[in-house]
Amino acid sequence: MDKKYNNMELMITIAARNLEDGAMVLVGTGVPCAAAMLAQKTKSPNLTIMFEAGGVAPLLQTMPISVGDSRTTYKALKATTMAEIMEFCQAGVVDYCFLGGAQIDKYGNLNSTVIGDYYKPKTRFPGSGGANDLASLCWRTMVVTPQNKNRFVNKVDFVTTPGYLNGGNSRTEAGLPENTGPYKVITDIGVYGYHNETKEMMLLSLHPGKTLDDVKNNTEFTILIPDKYETTSEPTDEELKILREKVDPNKIIIGRE
Amino acid sequence: MMKKGSGEIFTELNVDKMRDFFRHKNKRMVDKKTTVKEAIKKYVNDGDYIATGGFGGVRIPAALIHELLRQGKKELGFAGHVSTHDCQLLSAGDCFNRCDASYIVGLEARGLSKNARRKFESGNIKVTEWSNAALSWRFKAAAMGVPYLPCRTMLGTDTFKYSAGKEIECPFTGKKLLAVPALYPDVAMIHVHRADMYGNCQIDGIIVADDDIAKASKKVIVTTEKIISNDEIRNAPNKTIIPFWCIDAVIEVPFGSYPGNMPGEYYSDEGHLAEWLEAEKDPEALKKFLDKNIYSCKDFNEYIEKNGGAEKIKKLKKLEHLQ
Repeated sequence: MDKKYNNMELMITIAARNLEDGAMVLVGTGVPCAAAMLAQKTKSPNLTIMFEAGGVAPLLQTMPISVGDSRTTYKALKATTMAEIMEFCQAGVVDYCFLGGAQIDKYGNLNSTVIGDYYKPKTRFPGSGGANDLASLCWRTMVVTPQNKNRFVNKVDFVTTPGYLNGGNSRTEAGLPENTGPYKVITDIGVYGYHNETKEMMLLSLHPGKTLDDVKNNTEFTILIPDKYETTSEPTDEELKILREKVDPNKIIIGRE
Repeated sequence: MMKKGSGEIFTELNVDKMRDFFRHKNKRMVDKKTTVKEAIKKYVNDGDYIATGGFGGVRIPAALIHELLRQGKKELGFAGHVSTHDCQLLSAGDCFNRCDASYIVGLEARGLSKNARRKFESGNIKVTEWSNAALSWRFKAAAMGVPYLPCRTMLGTDTFKYSAGKEIECPFTGKKLLAVPALYPDVAMIHVHRADMYGNCQIDGIIVADDDIAKASKKVIVTTEKIISNDEIRNAPNKTIIPFWCIDAVIEVPFGSYPGNMPGEYYSDEGHLAEWLEAEKDPEALKKFLDKNIYSCKDFNEYIEKNGGAEKIKKLKKLEHLQ
């Protein structure tokens, strides 16, 4: 199919639209960083970008390789400690964080620690890093990830990072800050939110050309399908131009497809 | 019923014993300049628990870790607090048998270290899980001289279940909190931009956890891009991130974070880091790679010379300044 954008560009654009002017967002490298840069250069010039390693509000010129490299403090307002960044999150000033992971379940719990048995793992991944902290302490967690049955699983092998845990009120009962939690999941197939009471993943919009079968065939668990859902609006020419020319001219992220 | 993690605490937790230790540190302003070789020989013992400063591939004490490998230090414990290239090095040298892990075996966007994964997948390394904030606050608790800090992260997850944290009830509000225990490393290795011969250190850019790590550790070895005069320190006291009494050894090592980034000085050598990942695919290739880059080198300068020397550094300086 001849499309005027690829999946990466679509996911970045949707993520960017979710970051309103005046918000604070904690990002990692890659897609989240590109999304935050795009948001700043389109509708949200007053978006404050932070990095967990200590960078606050840089004027990002190029894509960082590490969430701590010097790009994350280029003409920044502050360069600080990781503890202070985490304390900003815990105190409640940070609106959004972006995460990924090897596995996600229907409550938005994420695994980035091990596949297989914990003590003799088949695959050891890096672990939480800051992911658990950001998902615990920022108001809204957004996940951007490709969607397939290996990632969207019934049960994650290890809950590295909290989503809604066992659904319902279990997240608050565990002691995590009130009214926080997974907000949206943005994939190459659609955009998902969570049911108000059960906290199960629920379809919000399907990308152009995608079907409910695509959702079903790429997910091990059942995603709730409401009576009404939207079709994702495509990236505009303006968004694509800024993304390609100003955000990621070297195609480091958008060229990954 | 308050829950607790099943992981092990690898380090000292007696705050009064640690107060006594810090009381008896040498607090005189003495010349602490030495060599990398001497510092590692004198201050790091087999079995010690170590912490490395910086952020994995940013402002890392690479020269000190190389020497740790050359001297064959073994059975260390270490704080895997965004430990990327440093974890890769320690794994290559087979230097450790226990780890507080918040971020290990990966190199962020660059990929995963195959060799570090082999070590951790062997089942021979004792691991206690944490998050980045938990480890930061564990250093902070030690720096503050309290046995733990309360926080609101990790609750309800397997990261908590395999940590050594404990759920507690807030004595004022009744809220459920996570208590993370103080972490007092035996030795810290930190690379900074500028230090005087007494160990007063200035850092440009992000500090990560290095201020607290320096205050929490029994012994601290610092490498610095440049040794500056005590006058320069006194002219800008607000720039002193680590004060002299924390520090045991000071060594001038220009480009001491290579192949890592040094904010404001030089960017990371992505080509060389890619060579590392490539070499790790085959144990034989890795052995040759390590012989060339670490074991056959008399010092860190030889390592840099073998990988492009002054020309390479010039290129990385340009990259750092977006030229």
